[in-house]
Amino acid sequence: MAQCCDQLTNRTDNAIRCYMRKMIFLCTPLMASVLTGCVQVTAPDKPIVINLNIAIRQEILYKLAAASEKVIQENPGVF
Amino acid sequence: MRNSVEMIIAAFLLGATATSATAFQSGREPAYQSARESGLVGEKSDGYLGFVVPPSSSVRALVEDINIKRKAVYSKEALANGATVEEMALRTGCRLIVERTVAGEKYQTPSGIWKTRDGSAPELDPRCPQ
Repeated sequence: MAQCCDQLTNRTDNAIRCYMRKMIFLCTPLMASVLTGCVQVTAPDKPIVINLNIAIRQEILYKLAAASEKVIQENPGVF
Repeated sequence: MRNSVEMIIAAFLLGATATSATAFQSGREPAYQSARESGLVGEKSDGYLGFVVPPSSSVRALVEDINIKRKAVYSKEALANGATVEEMALRTGCRLIVERTVAGEKYQTPSGIWKTRDGSAPELDPRCPQ
């Protein structure tokens, strides 16, 4: 193939055609790899679990006795 | 005859006073109060109101509005006490079920079931301070 491009013939575009053939020959596997190389996203087979358990600190709950009483007394309309 | 008419008027006035006194004591809007009394809404263990039955659009709007206001109140008080909003809400929720939910009104147990308050002690979240 390399020699073919160096070969001079009476056809004026022979060298160009030869290089194009070469390019196509070289690019085809590249193109194929680009097309198949797409990022594959597949759904996991297990359900997605988001843990919404929010840490409650027990000692803080004890300290909130007065505060909870206060909010109820100060906002009777929403409780 | 006259006596009985007077009695009826007196009874009516007394009843009206009692009703307004209850409403005044609770400090709630009449629509919210009646939704509680009729068991449409109840207290959840996390400090917010929940729907016992699928709500009408007006009940849904009422509850969402109250829950937003509750969250605002919890947030403010949590910040002042170095607690998280969830901790403040849970702690207040314990108190709301015990102190502010009267017999006949609904509350949610830790297992998620709606129960009606009666004379007995309510089922509280195990994290509620005793």
